[in-house]
Order: sequence, then C-alpha cells, then structure tokens
Amino acid sequence: MRKNRSITPAELRGLTQARYSRRDTFRLAGLSAAALALAGCGVEGQSQGGTTSADFWADKKSNGKVRFANWPLYMDPEKPELQRFTEQTGIEVEYNEAIQDMPSWFGQIQPLLANGDDVGADLMVISNGQELTKLIALGYLAPLDRKQLTNFTEFTDEYHTMSAYDYGNKYTVPYASGITGIAYDPDRVGREITSIKDLWDPEFKGRVGMMRDPQEISNFGLFYTGVSPADSTVDDWKAAAEALKQQRDDGIVRAYYEQDYIQPLTNGDIWITMAWSGDIFQVNAEEGSNLKFVIPEEGGTLWTDNLTIPITAPNPVDALMLIDFLYDPDVAASLAEYINYICPVPHAKEVLLDRAAELGGEEKKALEDLANSPLVFPSDSDYAKLHDYVVLDVESGEDEEFNSIFQAITQA
Amino acid sequence: MTRLRDRAAPYLLALPAWLWLGAFFVVPVVGLLWMSLMTGNIITGFRPTFNVAVYPEVVTTYWEQILRSLGYGLAATLLCIVIGYPVAYWIAFHGGAHKSTYLLLVLLPFFVTQVLRTISWKFLLADNGLVLGPLKTLGLLPEDARVLSTTVAVVFGLAYNFLPFMILPIYAVLEQLDHRVVEAAHDLYASRFHAFVHVVLPLSLPGVFAGVLLVFVPSSADYVSASVLGGTNNTMIGNIIQSQYLVNNAYPTAAAITFVLMAVLLIGIFSYARALGTERVMEVQTG
Repeated sequence: MRKNRSITPAELRGLTQARYSRRDTFRLAGLSAAALALAGCGVEGQSQGGTTSADFWADKKSNGKVRFANWPLYMDPEKPELQRFTEQTGIEVEYNEAIQDMPSWFGQIQPLLANGDDVGADLMVISNGQELTKLIALGYLAPLDRKQLTNFTEFTDEYHTMSAYDYGNKYTVPYASGITGIAYDPDRVGREITSIKDLWDPEFKGRVGMMRDPQEISNFGLFYTGVSPADSTVDDWKAAAEALKQQRDDGIVRAYYEQDYIQPLTNGDIWITMAWSGDIFQVNAEEGSNLKFVIPEEGGTLWTDNLTIPITAPNPVDALMLIDFLYDPDVAASLAEYINYICPVPHAKEVLLDRAAELGGEEKKALEDLANSPLVFPSDSDYAKLHDYVVLDVESGEDEEFNSIFQAITQA
Repeated sequence: MTRLRDRAAPYLLALPAWLWLGAFFVVPVVGLLWMSLMTGNIITGFRPTFNVAVYPEVVTTYWEQILRSLGYGLAATLLCIVIGYPVAYWIAFHGGAHKSTYLLLVLLPFFVTQVLRTISWKFLLADNGLVLGPLKTLGLLPEDARVLSTTVAVVFGLAYNFLPFMILPIYAVLEQLDHRVVEAAHDLYASRFHAFVHVVLPLSLPGVFAGVLLVFVPSSADYVSASVLGGTNNTMIGNIIQSQYLVNNAYPTAAAITFVLMAVLLIGIFSYARALGTERVMEVQTG
C-alpha cells in the first residue's frame, strides 16, 4: 500500500491506494451496521429543508479541537499536515480512519443524525454518490460558510467547484478525486484497448470484469450507448441496462466485482475490467505486474471524496478552519505527495516543481513526475474526457428506480 | 416452601435464556415485521401503512433468487452429509484416544472468519492457480475450464463453510451409540454393510437431522459465498437483502424479504420434521 516507500514514488504515481482497502471485505461486514441502524427502528426521515448558512454559523465559535473521520490510508501516518495545523491555530486534531465504505458509514451515522446526535466526527470524508446525495437531502450536512473558505476560493479550479452533485460547494469541498476507467493485461488481451466497446468484445468472453456498484456500472453502460451519465434519463438507463444485460447473457462478463477485481486481474482469471486507476498503479508497483489503465475514448468518470461537516458537529468552526487549511497550496502539495490522487489545488503543482528545483537526483525526478502526472494534475484535455455521475433525485425515490434497473443486471 | 422452589427452579434456570431471546430475538423480529409493513424512503421517512402488498411484490421480483438459495442450500447440505458422515463415523468408531484432537481439527477452520476462509478459495481455485493450473498443464482440463464464478464454486463454498455443523451432531449421536447392538447384528449374521444400513444408520438419523437443520438454514441465507465465489447468475437471496439494506436503504423491502425467507425455511423445516417423524426431532432434543 501507500506505506511502501521503498518503491520509487515515480512508480506509484497515479491515483492511488485508499480505494484498495475500502471496498473489499468490509462491505461484507457492513450488514451488521445496517442491522444496528434498523434496531433504531421507526426510521424517521427528516428533510430539514435547509438551514441557511448564516443561521447555522451565527452562534458557533472555535472550541480548540476537531475530530476528523477519514478513509484508511488517506493521509501520511505521521500526519505532518495536521501537526502544522495545530502549530498554526492551536486547534487539536483527533484523526480517525473510521470510514470503510459509504453504505455502512451511512448506516452507522444516519440514526444518530436523525436523532440530532453527534456522530463522533466534526469533519468526515464522503464520496460523491447516493449516500452523499441522501445526506444533503436529509439536511444532515452543515451548509459551509464560503466567506471563511478563503484558500478554497482562491486556489481551487473550476473542475472542483462545478460538480453536478453539489454545484457551488454548498455542503462539500473536494479532498481528492479519482478516475474510473478500464484496466487490462496487455499480454493476455494482445492489443491496445481504447474503447468501452472492448468490454463487450466476444473475443474476451468470460474474461471481462464489471463493477457491481449500480452507479459505476451504469456509467459504463451509458458510455456504451453514447450517453453522458450526468445528462441521462430513465429511458437512457433502460437502454444502458439492455446493453449490459446483453453483455452478461452473451457470457462475456465473468463476474461483477467490488474492489475484488484486482486479484483475478493479476492472476489471469479476468483480462480486462472496469477499474480505479490507483489500484492498477499500486498493484504494478507492488507485484511488478504490467497492467495498463486507460480512460476509454468514450469517456471515464471522475469521482470525488469530499470534506463535509455533519450538522450535529460540536466543533464546526474548527472543522471549517481545517478544511480551508488543507487548501493552502503548500499543504495540498504535501497531501498530494502522499495520496497520489487528483489534487484539487492546481497551484500545488507549482509548489512541487519549485521544491523539485531545489532538490537533486532521485528525489527531484520523483517530485517532477508527480507534478507532471496527468493523473494527479490533469490537463484541460484530460478533464474533457471525464464525466460526472448522474445525480439522482432521492426525494422522489429516483434512486430506487435507478438501482433496481441496474441491480437486475448485477444481481440476477 | 421447598416444593414451591422445586417447582420454580426450572423456570428460574430458563429465565436468562428467555430474557436473552426476548431482548435479542423476539423484539428485533417484531420490529422487523413492523418495519416490513411501512412505506416511504430514507429521505421522507418510513411510516406504518400496513402495506402488506410488499410481500407478493418481493416474492414476484425475487422468487428466482429465493428458489436458487434453497437449491444451493439443499445441494450444500447433501454435500455436507456425503463428506461429513464418513468423517463423523471414522472419528466416533476409529478415533481411538485422539478423538478430541480430530474434533478440534474439524473445528479449526472456524478460528478464521468465514469471509477470509472464502476469499482464500479464490487463490486456490484461480483459473491457473494451485489446483487447476497443474491439471491444465497435464491436459486433464481444457484451457478455459474454470471453477470460480460458477454455481459449483458457490455450492462447494457453502458446504465447506458449514461442514462442521454436520459433522458434530452426527458424531455426537454415533459416539453415544451402544456398540453391543452392532455386535448383536453381527451375531445374527449381518454383514458389516447390513449392520451399518439396518442398525447404525437408522440410529444415527437424529444426528443427521440436526446436522441438516444446522447446515441448510444458514447456507440458504448465506451471502458471503455467492458474493465472493459466484459469477453472473449466482445471486442468492442473502445478497439481495444485503443490497436492499445497505445500497438502497429500502428497509421495508429488505425486512419483507427476510420474513419471506424465514417463512419458507420454517415451512421447509416443519415439513421435513413431519416427514421424518416427530419422535426423531424429540430424540435430537433429548439426546
């Protein structure tokens, strides 16, 4: 994993590892969390219809501490950035790798939020997707005070302020982003893969892996049928599902995977699969495999893990200060160096190049490679190939229809 | 006074169990039933509407996965009998002084969680892995043969995970078996085979009965095996319940499916108990 620093950072460049441990076995353990949620019974939805930012922040003060819930392996274990934050502001940070996957984290915090209770975190990293949409719709996230986020306003780019799921960053600001594309083993596939259509090629019958997550697989079905996910309609979903059903019934798909596609890909059970780029860079670095990752010509998807403040957080001011601190280009550069995901602060690239200029040899090259990696600092043309997820109207139950259409494919 | 205490004693002894079951089984089950009759979603909230229509709905949507789960559970149970009975027999009759060691070996896999045990199969049974690789090199299997992502993998995975639940009750019954009845059979000129079929086997059926219950119920409701070892059309009802809870937050649907599954399993078990005769069930309970 990321802690393996003996590998040259250049080999590790790319979006990386946090997703590795996330979705694998934990999902299987998640059911107990849901059962707990259910034990809270009489599940109340509380559409709060939006506290305004001004109302929320009016009586809030800094308390000198903040609790940060994040995914595993998503920050240098020494936490240099958090130490700097404490030195500068005097605010103590309690950092917890509490989040293993979105569904079970949601199952864990939802009953607490519904009761207006503290979830044990003032700041939490939430991936864009149905859980985030639900948290926003339920009024469970604090509306951010943009006036306090001066670094964010100054240093981020348009790609991180115009997301489809939270346009204008009312509730979220990105922590890091990544890409879903295609990974393949060139030795087995025997040709260069460029298109989504390659995942439907009968030549690879029984050797194709697809993702089980309804939103991930729908994106690729939609690309196959020529539709951009963010603009898709119910009819598009049905057409995409039809294409995916065909792919399944023709025996092309071997199985639908969570993150457990990596091992079958390395040992040759599958040859070509939907993948998160960071996984592939990591596995190549660790196992010396020669897997390739491509963003297909039809497009790939951009996902983002976001910094959010639960509405019940006792220390929201401190959380907000920490969010803004992470957008200082120096800090963002330091984070990017460890995380290897897409950095939401383009200025961090200059910081890294400046730092590289002062160094020599291996270290210089490693930092330059990082700064110039299209997978950490994508160019405009790279971004042009990346699409947003469709944002479902969870209030009208659109997500139920969406999920049932695609789960009928993956859970037959 | 003493008489009263004598009479109350059994109830007092059973009290912890009743409290335990009441708090952790009855209350959640009633809650679940209540939940299944609600409508709504996680955003608008779930309200009790006595929506019984959810039951026919989940049955029509998921009958295939329900039947498949029962089928897989049954196949896994049969496999467990075929594999487990001889093991139990051997330990009981030929285990000698090391019986407890052998029993420990049977239980040893339980020291590792089911998820990890199942995932380890993916290494073993990979298309070019330790098992299939050599067979393919020797030309005993076609190059594109596979075990993973198939029905066979799921069923064997289930059988593997629940095998000790079959071995232990059969062993317990065989261990108690009075050897003199076998000797009597031999004295009456029964061959070893006949003695087994007409004496040992019938006497061991209560153990098999208990084993069947212990294996069939959890394996039909399992979701790990299909999720890790299954392919495109191997989804079991447990996987559906899991994604209804966690991915869709459709708690009423998930609760309703849970109840349908429980009902189907209960009906199955009761018909099975009837077919085998209730006294056998009693025997299991008492001995």
